[in-house]
Amino acid sequence: MKTFKLPDFTLPALLTRLGPRLPQLPPTLVLVGALNAALRTARGPALGHLLPKELLEPLIGRRVTLRVLDAGMTLRFAYGERGFRPSFDNAPADLTMSARTRDFLALLLREEDADTLFFGRRLLMEGDTELGLLVKNTLDGIDLPRFDLAQLSSRLAPAELLSRLGEYLARRAVPHH
Amino acid sequence: MTTDTSPRIELVCPAGGLPALKTAVDHGADCVYAGFRDETNARNFTGLNFDDKALAEGVKYAHSRRAKVLIALNTFPQASNWSRWTAAVDRAAGHGVDAVILADLGLMDYAAHRHPNLRLHLSVQGSATNYEAINFYRERFGIQRAVLPRVLSLAQVEQVIANTQVEIEVFGFGGLCVMVEGRCALSAYATGTSPNCQGACSPGKAVRWEQTPQGMETRLNGILIDRYADGERAGYPTLCKGRFEVDEETYYAIEEPTSLNTLEMLPELMRIGVSAIKIEGRQRSPAYVEQVTKVWRAAIDACRRDAANFVPKAAWMAELNKVSEGQSHTLGAYYRPWK
Ligand code: SF4
Repeated sequence: MKTFKLPDFTLPALLTRLGPRLPQLPPTLVLVGALNAALRTARGPALGHLLPKELLEPLIGRRVTLRVLDAGMTLRFAYGERGFRPSFDNAPADLTMSARTRDFLALLLREEDADTLFFGRRLLMEGDTELGLLVKNTLDGIDLPRFDLAQLSSRLAPAELLSRLGEYLARRAVPHH
Repeated sequence: MTTDTSPRIELVCPAGGLPALKTAVDHGADCVYAGFRDETNARNFTGLNFDDKALAEGVKYAHSRRAKVLIALNTFPQASNWSRWTAAVDRAAGHGVDAVILADLGLMDYAAHRHPNLRLHLSVQGSATNYEAINFYRERFGIQRAVLPRVLSLAQVEQVIANTQVEIEVFGFGGLCVMVEGRCALSAYATGTSPNCQGACSPGKAVRWEQTPQGMETRLNGILIDRYADGERAGYPTLCKGRFEVDEETYYAIEEPTSLNTLEMLPELMRIGVSAIKIEGRQRSPAYVEQVTKVWRAAIDACRRDAANFVPKAAWMAELNKVSEGQSHTLGAYYRPWK
């Protein structure tokens, strides 16, 4: 059972304006690290890996951009034979997903349904919709073991990296005056 | 747990994957329906559905918690690919599922002969809207349940139930499909992929969303089917729910994007003897399955305890509206003053 619910929050507008001027690489590295850790995290011999490699094959060579609207961040990465890596150039992405920090986190934590967010205009998927469906349905299909996400001990565990991404964002979130 | 003796009405919930199946069972679904990863079912979307490993685990999980698993094989095979559908029936039977949901007559015949102990449900895609049709399926193939198309009024549903031994399942919540079920050609016309034979209405490869200065545009195979102003609620990218220019006016010319929600009709549905209520949405995430299953479980239990005083709670309606397509919900054809 999940122990907490994400509150509805939007990062302050100042950050939205500042965000694009801050380096985008550190958060991208955290995200890519989390995804690669998910690729490596084994769930025991019977269950395979957290992110099953076979299912990700159609992603090979594809570029994905996440636009975290309220953080003013644009995270670009790609998937290849050796896992996820950040993209450094500005070549157009195959798939761009845009949402607020809170809604991206809610999707990952399975608190919100992607279609619900889409109907409410809180999630936009541009580019290759087929690729977007693959990403969404693959994430939804991963049978996560039942544990409190917060109790994961490994520094490389996806949840840990996710919370570090959260901390990174929180440090950048300045209170309103 | 309910202790009264009012008729049982099964809650049938959707699962696009193993986590959704487990979530549905955990939150009180009596049955979960699912499909294989191919065109043998009407939610053939990339990355969705069950392979054998996931289904085996899902069946084990559900059965150990006294829930049933139904497999939808509700698309129409063609002469060239017939064996894929029969193989899917065999696979489902091999997994020990509680029923298969079929639409095609030939497949029905195959299943009835090859697996005489396998329970058969007639899919909504079979489009049987009257008791004569349903009784025909019973007589020829021994179907035990029929899912009614979403085109009948409550009085018509009642009349069907009164004239058949077949259990009747109706849609309670979720996306609406405007056309006579199983017969829609809109998506096939625009994309070349038939929902009824290949299992995908508006397949991902044909859909494009784009934020433009005029608003968020939805295109299906290049055809502009809708444009949303900022903040305006969106719907699925299906032709039936597009806005089109007719006589110099642009509006929802076929159907508005709304969701079916029959929660307030629950006492009536129970009174007329509906056997099961189906929740639409195998394409959706475990979060949706959890939210909707919880509400319907609570509502069905409350209605069974005291149907006379049953009123849907505002919180239930709000939760369901939140996950709904478009701006509103509707009673669909169930409530129709005209005949
Ligand atoms: S176009 Fe609309 S009515 Fe036709 S199959 Fe798709 S969702 Fe149903």
